[in-house]
Amino acid sequence: MLAEIKTLTPILERPLTAPYYRPIGEEVALFEAAARQRLPVLLKGPTGCGKTRFVEYMAWKLGRPLATVACHDDLTTADLVGRYLIVGEETVWLDGPLTAAVRMGAICYLDEIVEARKDTTVVIHPLADSRRLLAVDKRGELIPAPAEFMLVISYNPGYQSVLKEIKPSTRQRFVAIEFDYPAADIEAEIVATEGGVDVECARKLVKLAELTRNLKGAGLDEGASTRLLVHAAQLIAAGIAPQTAATAAVARALSDEPDMSETLDDLVRAVFG
Amino acid sequence: MSARRLFAHELEEALDRVLYASPSHRSIERLALLLEPLSRAQQDLVLHWAGVAAQTYAEIGYLIASLAPQVFARLDERDFAAWVIHGLDTYDKQGLRPAMEVLRDFEGFLAAKEGRAFARFEEVEARLSRLIQGLSGRPLSLRIGPYPYTDTETIFLPERIGQYAAHADNRRLYQALAVRLWAQARFGTYRADLTHALSQYADRELACQWLCCLEAMRLESCIARELPGMARELARLRSPWPDELACAARDLQADDADISVSLRWLARLMEKNVLPPPLTGLGVLAPELAQRVRDARIEKDTEILRRALMQSLTPGERKARMTTQIDAQRGVVEIRIDGEAVWLAPEAQEAAQSLIQDLGELPPELLAPAGPAEGKLPQPRQRLAEPERIEERRADFYYDEWDYLRQAYRRGWCHVYETEGKAGTGDFVRETKKRHAARIRQLKKKFEAIRGEDRLLGRQLEGEEIDLDAHIEALHDRKSGAEPSARLFARRQRNERSFAAMFLIDMSGSTKGWVNDCEREALVMLCEALEALGDAYAIYGFSGWTRTRCDLYRIKSYSERYDEAIARRIDGIEAKDYTRMGVAIRHVTRLLAAQPAKHKLLVLLTDGRPDDFGDEYRGVYGVEDTRRALLEARRQGVRSFCVTIDRAGQEYLKHMMGPAAYVILDDARKLPLKIAEIYRRLTV
Ligand SMILES: Nc1ncnc2c1ncn2[C@@H]1O[C@H](COP(=O)(O)OP(=O)(O)OP(=O)(O)O)[C@@H](O)[C@H]1O
Ligand SMILES: [Mg+2]
Repeated sequence: MLAEIKTLTPILERPLTAPYYRPIGEEVALFEAAARQRLPVLLKGPTGCGKTRFVEYMAWKLGRPLATVACHDDLTTADLVGRYLIVGEETVWLDGPLTAAVRMGAICYLDEIVEARKDTTVVIHPLADSRRLLAVDKRGELIPAPAEFMLVISYNPGYQSVLKEIKPSTRQRFVAIEFDYPAADIEAEIVATEGGVDVECARKLVKLAELTRNLKGAGLDEGASTRLLVHAAQLIAAGIAPQTAATAAVARALSDEPDMSETLDDLVRAVFG
Repeated sequence: MSARRLFAHELEEALDRVLYASPSHRSIERLALLLEPLSRAQQDLVLHWAGVAAQTYAEIGYLIASLAPQVFARLDERDFAAWVIHGLDTYDKQGLRPAMEVLRDFEGFLAAKEGRAFARFEEVEARLSRLIQGLSGRPLSLRIGPYPYTDTETIFLPERIGQYAAHADNRRLYQALAVRLWAQARFGTYRADLTHALSQYADRELACQWLCCLEAMRLESCIARELPGMARELARLRSPWPDELACAARDLQADDADISVSLRWLARLMEKNVLPPPLTGLGVLAPELAQRVRDARIEKDTEILRRALMQSLTPGERKARMTTQIDAQRGVVEIRIDGEAVWLAPEAQEAAQSLIQDLGELPPELLAPAGPAEGKLPQPRQRLAEPERIEERRADFYYDEWDYLRQAYRRGWCHVYETEGKAGTGDFVRETKKRHAARIRQLKKKFEAIRGEDRLLGRQLEGEEIDLDAHIEALHDRKSGAEPSARLFARRQRNERSFAAMFLIDMSGSTKGWVNDCEREALVMLCEALEALGDAYAIYGFSGWTRTRCDLYRIKSYSERYDEAIARRIDGIEAKDYTRMGVAIRHVTRLLAAQPAKHKLLVLLTDGRPDDFGDEYRGVYGVEDTRRALLEARRQGVRSFCVTIDRAGQEYLKHMMGPAAYVILDDARKLPLKIAEIYRRLTV
């Protein structure tokens, strides 16, 4: 019966050029070791601190294709594993990104895993322990993962909702690598490189980020991420005045509340005014 | 009358004459020196009016003369006379103290006369305190003070500022003052023993003023390195530095300049015996006050760190020499033994960082090898026994309490009395509902929408939609001759929320007044929202008086519906006694844990740290017990969230809340508007 149905598998590309990634601690060595030992990896850290970039970089470094899935609350098992489609008269099976990654021996990166529906995590469990199996229930198929397949998930522990917590049974299957915003010098280097501004300007943006991070929990859910700094830098590189750029890309991006906006403006002024 | 300015010795004589009851000769000498740079016309005016005032009251005459140089910097000769008369009028009507105050506040006099727009502390407080929170370093709170200074834990600012005509400029001056004082605490103005340093000068007051100038200059460049925009703003708001400081500038602005550089230059300036110009907006130094606060803090931090080290080191390690390393990038302090970093608990890390900020290093005796003389370590201070209260009826419940000193529970230590909350009139609730009617309508809509969120159930025997996946499969099964499933439909099902919430309200004495009002208002909003949502919820208030009288007031139990009776009880919530938090958390956790819901959420509304009558529960003990109670709750499947209205409290909160999440509201008035949203965010 399986043989009758045509199976479509999307082709996952191998990255050709090295993405820019500035290592911060021992994350590269850890990831490589995990890959060698066929262990799944959990990347933990606040938004915009370089998790996605890191996975892209590691995929390139290990020479493996990468399938990235941004999880959301409507993501079903079928979205990950695959589904039947009707093409003309014929029923075909289309592999989901997870199945494709297993077949090809790729890295599958599930971004923001807690956003996904609870039942989707069930399908990754057998893949994330020593069985390394993907069960495609709809086809009654069990696919053993090749050595090169690697499961990577990310998780931002900053969420406050009770529902957005990773279950211990999931968490304990993964090697966890913790990310945080890098130390000031390194972060400035990243912002300068990614944003195309000089280090002096990048340093100021990093200083601003530090100030906003001090407000975490006291009006802000999160301080400015490296990503926001890169955005501000890119605006500056495009000819926008630094204060205007920082206001638009950092201050306005962090809060809509009038009181908080006012304070963020004060901080922008303290650095760029 | 000749137009020649009077020299100091002539002024001295004249002053002696008009101020017959002068406090001391030295102060007259100084006063003369102060008046010497004035024009002759001004000098004459001062002597005249000081004399007139002295006939009414000697101290007023003296005050007028000593304020004169500053007053002339701001007022002309005619206004000077009006200012004095205004002061004397006040004396006649209200007495000495108000008169002195009115005179000191010549800015206010001028501002009122010019119709200038004051900025007031209340209007800038919230914004400034957020700004200060954003700037790094130890948290500082803001308060109104007689003059602008900091004791390194609180920044004191005047009640109003009217130096400039425009309101906006006066607000800017507030900000500048706050930032300069923040810098004093941040960049180590009080790291040296200023009390001692200043006592070496005969004219201590003068030395203190010069030191303040020198420090302002040094700190401005510290600020410029991190916050160039802010430094520019500070420079805009002050007059140019006095010439005498020009030669000190290079030293003071060096990257590594610290308070010792200012003290060195102070010695040189004092030799020259010149007066500092009346620079405003720099704040003042308060060495004695700051020193006291700082010493107490250093002692406390040292003790915390010492204990942490004792706990995490083996006896062998304690004999080794420790070194410290400061990771300036992250502001983290590392203590190392033979190159190995010692793990420090968060509170110990915080204490270490605070010590570095105060001392520039960790106290050497802390890092010295302890050797065999371990017994010499100071013992925990004798605890003060709590007074016991005898209650007429037996308690309803008994709870254990965590004693961090013993690292053990005290069994059945706290006596809980649970009673129904007192009923009020219900007017407050009605009024709140009326006032926030629009907002409540909006909330209800929003919450009904959450409740109404659907979920699509696939592979049902019947349903309003076709399940495409199932259909395709069936099609395929039929083709291949297998038995096709009849479950081909999808059905929308209401998303089953399964939440039980417990709101625990701080009814301690400190909430009296508007905090209590805001808590009650917040509860009204919450009830409205939660009714729309359909989650199970209960509300309890707590207060008490020692461990033998811990009161829990039932405002709404899980089985009660939100109705008039509940509204009356919300109305009846009032500020009572103390905040023994741990036991209250334990009691409501027990009630919450018994709920059948899948997710259990405890929301704690409080205005500050745990505290109880007597000294025992206050401080570390209460914080540790509360932390423990939250951990216990967590183990029972209860998630906690704390909403705190306490700007000053950030230091201990992170530790205390360990297992719980929290949010700090800088303004209680935001609570009613925010609480429902906070709850929503926790549960979707
Ligand atoms: N170590 C780094 N090296 C290079 N670029 C970095 C690094 N860290 C952050 N960045 C920059 O920050 C941006 C945001 O990073 P990224 O998208 O990887 O964040 P993330 O952690 O995946 O965030 P989210 O949790 O929101 O998905 C990147 O596009 C990159 O420009
Ligand atoms: Mg990402």
